[in-house]
Amino acid sequence: MNQTSAIPPRVLDAGEGGLVVEFGSDVDEAVNRQVIALDRALGVHPIDGVRETVPTYRSLLVLFDPLRIARDALASQLLALQTRGAPETEGGTLWRIPVLYGGEHGVDLDAVARLHGLATEELIALHSGALYRVYMIGFAPGFAYLGGLPERIHTSRRTDPRPKTPPRSVSIGGRQAAVSPPIEVPSGWHLLGQTPVRSYDPGREKPFLFAPGDTLRFYPVAGDDYRDMLAAAEAGALVAEAVAAQGASA
Amino acid sequence: MSGDHLAITEGGLFSTLQDAGRFGYQRFGISNSGAMDIPAMRLANAITGNPPDIGVIEMTMAGIGFTVAAEHCRVALAGAEMALTINGRPAEPFQAHDLTRGDKVAVGRAARGMRGYLAVAGGFDIAPVLGSLSTHTRSRIGGLDGGPLPAGAVLPLKGAAKGPLLRLDRRRLPGIEHRLRVVLGPQDDAFTAAGIDTFLSSTYRLSSRTDRMGCQLDGAEVEHAAGFNIVSDGIANGSIQVPGHGRPIILLADRQTTGGYPKIATVIGPDLAHLAQLRPGDQITFERVSAAEAAEAARAAAANLKGLIDALEPVVFGAAALSSERLLGLNLISGVACATQDPFSETVTA
Repeated sequence: MNQTSAIPPRVLDAGEGGLVVEFGSDVDEAVNRQVIALDRALGVHPIDGVRETVPTYRSLLVLFDPLRIARDALASQLLALQTRGAPETEGGTLWRIPVLYGGEHGVDLDAVARLHGLATEELIALHSGALYRVYMIGFAPGFAYLGGLPERIHTSRRTDPRPKTPPRSVSIGGRQAAVSPPIEVPSGWHLLGQTPVRSYDPGREKPFLFAPGDTLRFYPVAGDDYRDMLAAAEAGALVAEAVAAQGASA
Repeated sequence: MSGDHLAITEGGLFSTLQDAGRFGYQRFGISNSGAMDIPAMRLANAITGNPPDIGVIEMTMAGIGFTVAAEHCRVALAGAEMALTINGRPAEPFQAHDLTRGDKVAVGRAARGMRGYLAVAGGFDIAPVLGSLSTHTRSRIGGLDGGPLPAGAVLPLKGAAKGPLLRLDRRRLPGIEHRLRVVLGPQDDAFTAAGIDTFLSSTYRLSSRTDRMGCQLDGAEVEHAAGFNIVSDGIANGSIQVPGHGRPIILLADRQTTGGYPKIATVIGPDLAHLAQLRPGDQITFERVSAAEAAEAARAAAANLKGLIDALEPVVFGAAALSSERLLGLNLISGVACATQDPFSETVTA
């Protein structure tokens, strides 16, 4: 359970108050697990002077106060924490996320199906049949980047990104999938559907639904159900189901 | 105190509420935001008698106008050199002013610098979002409904002023540096040696695409070693990313939290305050320092600010009024348009 990397991570400078602990350069589940392990270890064993951490696909950005801790001291403490290993498999929630596929809710669904020589229903089955992992939250509040898209439907990004996409879009781009927050964001990804789930709601007690290391599954819902759920979500309900707090390797 | 407020009569070009920033949420895609010129914000607060990181109004190129709707209210202006008038009469910046109901305050265009900060003793009675008053207009978080202050806005006041009226002897203020110190990395290895040399030896100009999110620079193109796409990672304040076109973009307070272009270097914290006062068209160069030198610079900057705050002195009436009229009789430059719309569509990574 204590995953120690064969190759030690690189520690890179991000100004006088930032260090990047880089575990790899690719989108890779094993790499992302190491990032999240270190992030969680820092949560359990906080280092004085660390202001916040930003886990991403392949690295952990550690922002610190250089007047409280020296860069080299922090770097060695981070590496020591990393080699001790961390219980990454603990925690992480499995979410079930309803999606209304196609039509105005997912304008690219049919085109993506055609591109891959699939019936629309087959594409929906593939997309909703997979288990996804939240690699990171970034780019916009609560925007979740997901790994785990079946290879059969890997799809290059659009050559012409859209300046605005509908809030709560469920999309795919390259080898990845994503869930948009309830905000219109620019995107070059393909829009398959829309979820009533609000992954970000500043007025909610828990403003952010997903955390890096969570896993999730999509399931198709009909228009009427979608509208009911949307109304509930706008009234503050989560709508998403937290199936279990469990290991991300499910 | 209930009902006390400032009634905004003129919004300026782009005025937002800002404090030291929103921290702890970058992992959820929330930008830090916060004052672009943190020392100026802290100075404005200190002059009014506030703790350093109370929310203030950050004004861009042109200031706000407001009417006081309270029996008593103490304000101070710091940062860019903006003309301040109270009921039409020139008043000193970098000095606290006690105002009363019906007083009309106007902050003019910046004669020098880019961003002015107006602090009010006691701060604004506005609920923080995720622990901060800072406005992030792109995601409409914080401040007043997540947006810039429009004419007609009402800013509720929180408390009263205490202690003597303070002022700063402006001769103590440092000038605006055009040479910005950088620490190389985190992805300097994504550039050729020639590319890094270009970056460190060229003079760049702030383009019109300069706002709270970032500064797109015009100037020599920096050569990548191999490609210009990286797998997205976290972005620190001041990070300089270089997209495919080779022209650096300095990412600032309202930057996106993660990005997929290599970052050649990071402008050190103390120098971001200088950059915040530069305008589109201004020239800059970069000077490489080590991380240890950068930490030392941060320590020195903190000591400088403390020195300025310690040197605040009580206002001597009469003398101050005289110097006020002399200083504010100066001609004020006008006519520089500034981009307040977010131009960074090419930085999109999704």
